[in-house]
Amino acid sequence: MITRRNFIKIATGITAAGLSGCSNFSIATAKKRVIVIGGGAGGATAAKYIRQVDPSIDVTLIEKNRYYYTCFMSSSVLSGERKIDSIKFSYDGLIKRGIKVVHHLAVGIDPITKTVTTQNGDIFYYDRLIVSPGIDFKWDTIEGYDKTIAKTIPHAWDSGYQTITLRKQLEAMKDGGTVIITVPHKPFRCHPAPFGRASEMAQYLKQHKPKSKILILDANEKFAQQKLFIQGWKKLYGYGTDNSLIEWYPFSDGGGEVVQVDAKERAIYVGPFEDQHQADVINVIPAQKAGKIAFTADLVDETGWCPVNQKTFESKRHKDIHVIGDACIASPMARSAYAANSQAKVCAVAVVKALQGEEMGTPSYLNACYSIVGKDYGISVAAVYRLEGDKIKWIRGAGGLSPMDASAEVRKREMYYAHSWFKNITYDMFR
Amino acid sequence: MTIYKTTKYILLLVGSLMLNITWADDGSLFMLVGNCMGCHGPNGVSLGPATPNIAGMNPSTFVKAMEEFRDEERPSTVMRHIAKGYSDEDFQTMADYFVKQAFIPYQQTVDADKVKKGAKLHQKYCQKCHTNSVHTIVGSTNLAGQWMLYLQFTLVDIYTGVRDMPIRVLQIVENMVQLEGIESVDNLIHFYASQTEHK
Repeated sequence: MITRRNFIKIATGITAAGLSGCSNFSIATAKKRVIVIGGGAGGATAAKYIRQVDPSIDVTLIEKNRYYYTCFMSSSVLSGERKIDSIKFSYDGLIKRGIKVVHHLAVGIDPITKTVTTQNGDIFYYDRLIVSPGIDFKWDTIEGYDKTIAKTIPHAWDSGYQTITLRKQLEAMKDGGTVIITVPHKPFRCHPAPFGRASEMAQYLKQHKPKSKILILDANEKFAQQKLFIQGWKKLYGYGTDNSLIEWYPFSDGGGEVVQVDAKERAIYVGPFEDQHQADVINVIPAQKAGKIAFTADLVDETGWCPVNQKTFESKRHKDIHVIGDACIASPMARSAYAANSQAKVCAVAVVKALQGEEMGTPSYLNACYSIVGKDYGISVAAVYRLEGDKIKWIRGAGGLSPMDASAEVRKREMYYAHSWFKNITYDMFR
Repeated sequence: MTIYKTTKYILLLVGSLMLNITWADDGSLFMLVGNCMGCHGPNGVSLGPATPNIAGMNPSTFVKAMEEFRDEERPSTVMRHIAKGYSDEDFQTMADYFVKQAFIPYQQTVDADKVKKGAKLHQKYCQKCHTNSVHTIVGSTNLAGQWMLYLQFTLVDIYTGVRDMPIRVLQIVENMVQLEGIESVDNLIHFYASQTEHK
């Protein structure tokens, strides 16, 4: 609803944008307005490139936080190889490119009046809206676990404070301590990441607390890049031996969903028989769904994720609203930073062309993703996609993992490439 | 070697980089080449020391590299997967785009003594083909101002035979290492990295 008060705000907004005449209807013929909700890998890229594709478009990015801490590379903060500041990004780069950045939480979208409401009550009008909300957790699937408990038993599946907390807990742990990482059922943000995280934690423990152990309790039977990770773990961490730094338990053999967290006892209950596990450091990664605003705005289907036209990323549920990144259904593309970045570029073109009333060209999609297994040891996955009919399809042959049994030199180079990639992709998003 | 730190100088240079695409088209070009920039940097100017700068790259060298990646004739990590996702026409389109982008060289920390030695080695062994260490000649990749780590990967691959090169190139590198010692490779790298004055 546009109340009288809010209507005035909209009208004021128009004047601020340099337009005279205070009618809300004059917007249609004026500068086109794009709003982007969410300043992560997808949203930041989309905002940046819409301005570049068509500088006449007025772009507003609505993002609650002043800084973005990348989830990607955050495990290198856990290993101690990186400091948290190296994965911290401001929005100054986007502001310099002429994007208006509003630091409030978007709480409502009205597809009829084409407006976005922020928590402080401001209302923003759009011609096209891009929603890049990332993920939210299915908090209610774990008894005794919520945002408050997560401050001491972190998920660290959002970066920043959560990552710092987990790192501090690792640092405070005694040698010989136990770390538990729980992996939810798929799909979740970045399927190889829990195993990359275990690896980089092990890299730290190997050096500083070698008697310790990391237990991965998995709700699934298999994991991404499993053979490559296990080969690395055997080489670096004694995987499969009694002294292994890492132990992995699939659903059928000691793993499972976390059903309860007991914060006082620092215990979790896992799997169909609710086995109790205690540990010095517990990292619960809850099951996931699309970010909250996607639910509020009715952009999700029964899966909890957002169905989109895979050429334009326009929502299948609401016109003129696009959804990109982890929240959208773009299978077979992964839920990764690179995928979100690639989708954002396609979406930027789709949005601009729609506003110009022109046909968009042929989309091209890419994913490339690195994991650090240990010191001088990186692995990767890459894939190229195209549109076939109305579906994103993997181009047969154009993708794959690092080879098994690669030389130490190749593994070392992939570690270097991983950090190089990080430099370039974060520039592409935020600068 | 510090791998995370890129000097402020580079960021200043690249800070103002805008995408250099004519938007009269339907966006296909941007959606194609935009995917390269996630790893290779804005307009191909890589900010990461392992990933080569491909801005201003000679188009025939570019296409040849993509063909060799696709056919797995050249060692790579992710490029052997990625190159298989594109047509010959795509390769040409990418090449035509990146050659038009300004190569922005880096101010990397180099050892003056090594640069001096490298300059002599360049004259003696490389200059005949890689004219005056510049990146503009046909058949030559961007050497001057290229990232040192990338140059190191490349030279090691050539010297160890991991990368198939014309026999003449291999002979020259082997000959250099034999006569001048293995440190000659490092000296050359420092020399190329120091060549940030581009024509």
